[in-house]
Amino acid sequence: MTSIETGGNPPQHNQQPPALSTEPRWKRQPFANHWRSHAEDFDACKIGMWLFLTTEVLLFAGIFVAYAVFRMWYPEAFANGSHHLDVHWGALNTVILLISSFTVAASIRNAQLNQQGLLKINLSITLVCALLFMIIKFTFEYAPKWAEGKRPGVWFSYPFAADPNEHIWWSLYYTATGIHALHVLIGAGVLFVVLLKSFKGWYGPKHYTGIEVAGLYWHLVDVIWIFLFPLLYLIH
Amino acid sequence: MSTIDTHNAGQHAHHEGSYLTPHGGALATIWNWATTIDHKKIGVMYLFAIMFMFFLGGVAALGVRAELWEPTRVVTEVVEGETVTSYTGQVLVNLAPIVPGVESEGGISAGMNIYNRAFSLHGIIMTFMVIVPSVPASLGNFFLPLMLGAKDVAFPRLNLMSWYIYVFGSIFAVAAVVMGGVDTGWTFYTPYSTMTDADHLRVVFVILAAFILGFSSILTGLNFIVTVHKLRAPGMGWFDMPLFVWAMYATAIIQVLATPVIGITLLLLIFERVFHVGIFDPRMGGDPVLYQHFFWFYSHPVVYVMIIPAFGIINEIIPVHARKKLFGYRAMAFATLGIAAVSFLVWGHHMFTASGELAAMIFSALTFLVAIPTAIKVFNWVATLYKGSIAFNTPMLYALSFLFMFTIGGLTGLPLATLATDLHLHDSYFVVAHFHYVMMGGTIIAFVGGIHHWWPKMFGKLYNERWAIVGCVLVFIGFNLTFFTQFILGTRGMPRRYASYPDEFQFLHQLSTIGSWILGIGFLIHLGVFVHSLVAGRKAPENPWGGLSLEWETESPPIEHNFHHEPIVKHGPYDFDTVQPPHTDPAEFPMPEPLRPGERTH
Ligand code: HEM
Ligand SMILES: [Cu+2]
Repeated sequence: MTSIETGGNPPQHNQQPPALSTEPRWKRQPFANHWRSHAEDFDACKIGMWLFLTTEVLLFAGIFVAYAVFRMWYPEAFANGSHHLDVHWGALNTVILLISSFTVAASIRNAQLNQQGLLKINLSITLVCALLFMIIKFTFEYAPKWAEGKRPGVWFSYPFAADPNEHIWWSLYYTATGIHALHVLIGAGVLFVVLLKSFKGWYGPKHYTGIEVAGLYWHLVDVIWIFLFPLLYLIH
Repeated sequence: MSTIDTHNAGQHAHHEGSYLTPHGGALATIWNWATTIDHKKIGVMYLFAIMFMFFLGGVAALGVRAELWEPTRVVTEVVEGETVTSYTGQVLVNLAPIVPGVESEGGISAGMNIYNRAFSLHGIIMTFMVIVPSVPASLGNFFLPLMLGAKDVAFPRLNLMSWYIYVFGSIFAVAAVVMGGVDTGWTFYTPYSTMTDADHLRVVFVILAAFILGFSSILTGLNFIVTVHKLRAPGMGWFDMPLFVWAMYATAIIQVLATPVIGITLLLLIFERVFHVGIFDPRMGGDPVLYQHFFWFYSHPVVYVMIIPAFGIINEIIPVHARKKLFGYRAMAFATLGIAAVSFLVWGHHMFTASGELAAMIFSALTFLVAIPTAIKVFNWVATLYKGSIAFNTPMLYALSFLFMFTIGGLTGLPLATLATDLHLHDSYFVVAHFHYVMMGGTIIAFVGGIHHWWPKMFGKLYNERWAIVGCVLVFIGFNLTFFTQFILGTRGMPRRYASYPDEFQFLHQLSTIGSWILGIGFLIHLGVFVHSLVAGRKAPENPWGGLSLEWETESPPIEHNFHHEPIVKHGPYDFDTVQPPHTDPAEFPMPEPLRPGERTH
């Protein structure tokens, strides 16, 4: 291996920004002492989040593979099962998530531009969207279907099933949407914490790591739904 | 270049204590450790937690071997003109003290149950709680930042969280054992994992434990990837990194890409068991082989999560203790990445007997590919040793053991990857011997070697070399006696996971059991050596072996923030031919003679 001479940075300790207590919180926020600068800290957090999103995609990939296998085996069961879903609710939920993705992206911009008021409004709209999504899912989708006996596996008791394997379809439907719903809840929880922190002035120009990574996560929740929606609601 | 980089010797701006310096009284110190975000302390906590789990898994293994001392003989008697066969169960019931909760049932089937639980317990603990986290979580956590010249890993708090998740998951698993254990095997194949013992939640507990442990593994991997990308010291390019760091990096990639798949698999399995959703149940139109595909899609790559860190350790031990520049640095780095990549394409070789012919042929061919980068590595290690000045101390002896046993383990993988031979060897003791040669003979042996190599740095104390060598030799003999016999048993038709066997296998089984005792004694000696070193060991110098990577530049044990000044990298980690190692005396660690014109080392 060749030896390397760098210009030789003088040995340095962190140059933390001066902390004046009258300044807004985001200006006083120090970075952890193993980094050389805020920018490095921010980059690392972003790479970390992208890696985490990769793991989430792979988690859902498992469900998609199971879906592909069983759809190939039982196309009839899937077509029949899908007919029982209401495209309108599904589409509405898609729109709701798209709006929330937009508002969360806007809130990052607000932080960059130091628009503290808009920042809170946009985050709040995102949270309301998450809530709406969950309400629609539970009251208009899960509850009536469960009542009619369209349930997963051995719980399946719908008397008019056209295909003997329809319970498999419902198993996958509940698994996929259930795990997705769990992610909506987690994402909303994280965004709620971000909202609370934004009231304390944690975010501002060049200091918006928290919002940025929470927003990335929220986009992922949205993207997964964009795949689930056609696969579950729009097949024949 | 021949001058050493002395910028951080001498003139310390301020005196910072070792990371082991206690903070206040006992309680304060415990609290300080429990809430620490120092990667070194977290690494040490992982090390002790993993050693403890290794002990538990080891006791279960000794129990399994003790049961196999005698075959559970079949007694044939004639009752009212009919021939009736029955088993005598006394031997099996000897396992009861190790696996609590089932002794009340009594009789032979209870005995068999206990046996199934003991080997499941052993397999689950050893894979999910010992080998998978072993090297990265303990030595990796401690040394990755040091070797990079960094103050910590990228996300220190996440690091602490992953330790707590590990402990939490392990408690789950141990709780299931205390409540009576599970008999699914470490692979959780359906229907064993979904139908047996429907009356209790223990199986769910253990599956959840594996799921939780997966999280801890993902967090460690994620942390390491970002650390390697963002925290290399000034002057350290990718190809100036020690190969241990490369190994941690490749491992981390596999951890991040494969573990989520086992996560969803285990979730689906829990749904299957608890809610009977039917996707793995053929009676409901589901497919148990789908479970196997999912499982091995994770679990084959994960065998490389187990072995690549071991490669990394060997890559450090051999050049340092042979005082020779590593042969083929780049080939090593690329072979590591190559193995990581191919590992995702070969999961089907665990299911040759359960899959279609074409698929089996493709998987077989791909599996042979793995052997190529592996062989490159073994070749390079041997070439590095050639004409080196080898110190026969414990780390080096462990590295040599590794070379021997890993080569056997890898070569015996080949008949298993061959369709015609695997038909006979699948699910036999041959497979058991194969994976013990790679996992124990490979990973655990390298791990123990690595612990000795870095022990003086971690704790600032020397260990007793003579007794450590005794332990090492016993482990070597015991291991080979235990597992080589199992290759022979396997080729003669002894199937895995049975509590009983025909009488003609008894001699080999007994040899194997005796081997397991020798192995156990070897490890106990190591334990004694470690305790003695902590209590009464001599103080270790900064660089006891004359290593060149950055961890040897700081003090032993390292100071709280690792380095007094951010190190600047001016030489490679294996440039023993041109650089005098830091903090060493040229009389003790002379540089190799310069080559005469025309002379070559290789
Ligand atoms: C040259 C490299 C290797 C080859 C060609 C290879 C090949 C194989 C094959 C074909 C099997 C399936 C045998 C059967 O079930 O019939 C197998 C099983 C296994 N191998 Fe390897 N292997 C290699 C290296 C490793 C390494 C490095 C590890 C771990 C550190 C490992 C761990 C295992 C385990 C745990 C099993 C058995 C799993 C079980 O059924 O419980 N192998 N190997
Ligand atoms: Cu494999």
